[in-house]
Amino acid sequence: MQEDILKIGPKSFHSRFILGSGKYSMKLIEAAVRDGGAELITVAVRRANTKEKESILDYIPEGVTLLPNTSGARDAKEAVRIARLGRELGCGDFVKIEIMRDSKYLLPDNEETVKATKILADEGFVVMPYMYPDLNAARDLVGAGAAAVMPLASPIGSNKGLATKDFIQILVDEIDLPIIVDAGIGRPSQACEAMEMGVDAIMANTALATSGNVALMASAFKDGINAGRKAYLAGLGRVLNRGGDASDPLTGFLRD
Amino acid sequence: MVKINGKEEDAAGISVAQYLENLGCDAGRVAVEINEEILPKKEYAATILKENDSVEIVRFVGGG
Repeated sequence: MQEDILKIGPKSFHSRFILGSGKYSMKLIEAAVRDGGAELITVAVRRANTKEKESILDYIPEGVTLLPNTSGARDAKEAVRIARLGRELGCGDFVKIEIMRDSKYLLPDNEETVKATKILADEGFVVMPYMYPDLNAARDLVGAGAAAVMPLASPIGSNKGLATKDFIQILVDEIDLPIIVDAGIGRPSQACEAMEMGVDAIMANTALATSGNVALMASAFKDGINAGRKAYLAGLGRVLNRGGDASDPLTGFLRD
Repeated sequence: MVKINGKEEDAAGISVAQYLENLGCDAGRVAVEINEEILPKKEYAATILKENDSVEIVRFVGGG
């Protein structure tokens, strides 16, 4: 098979698994990166306090690209502010825009996300917006200069899987940027299914953090994502609406 | 008083670099914003906190 590269902005990745680093021990990050084969890892920006001396950066292996998010932002203005602070922390120009007005369902505000994408793309950021899978909003994100589009599968942290499957398929078919399913993927089989649809990459965090073994689950996700990618590249076999179709030759045995 | 990460502190008159040092904070691992403007790292030593400044000091933590 030809080398299969995922290009996001100026960078090329071999891995199609984007790892979240929230809700589990920093000490497990290195094993999760290793066993999951992740090359892109998300982090959040928060107020520094005096108690915690160690930095998450000490636990992230070299060569991994950092993807700071704008979690906590309620509108475009706050997202831009958090993104600039994230860039000032000195780990590159990537940013995952996350803007939420509601704390119950944590659904992204597409309109504010488009605004923030435009501002940050104009400032040279590699913008990866988290969004509700809506074709019109996705087209606006393309126009605003996004480097990828990150539709949700189901609410953040829910592990409920591909609730928005048909709408993500529309984005895969119509949007000429990497489509990365972010939020809600709970199992490797769901990651595999999304990849079979032609999604370019999967982002997962809670599925690992709430599993019994973060590193082993990272490895399972890697396998699921790779299986789905290969199936997509191979082209899935067709589905019969009715009846069967023998896999074995029907002639030349016992009868004429 | 200076508002630092949401708390009023008696920090007027000292430099940002000194404040971070007192905090035991590695200046290389934080970003600083004063009155919603990012303060470039090379200006930490020369920037003196003033009365009524509003300061944010942030770092990376685990997140999705």
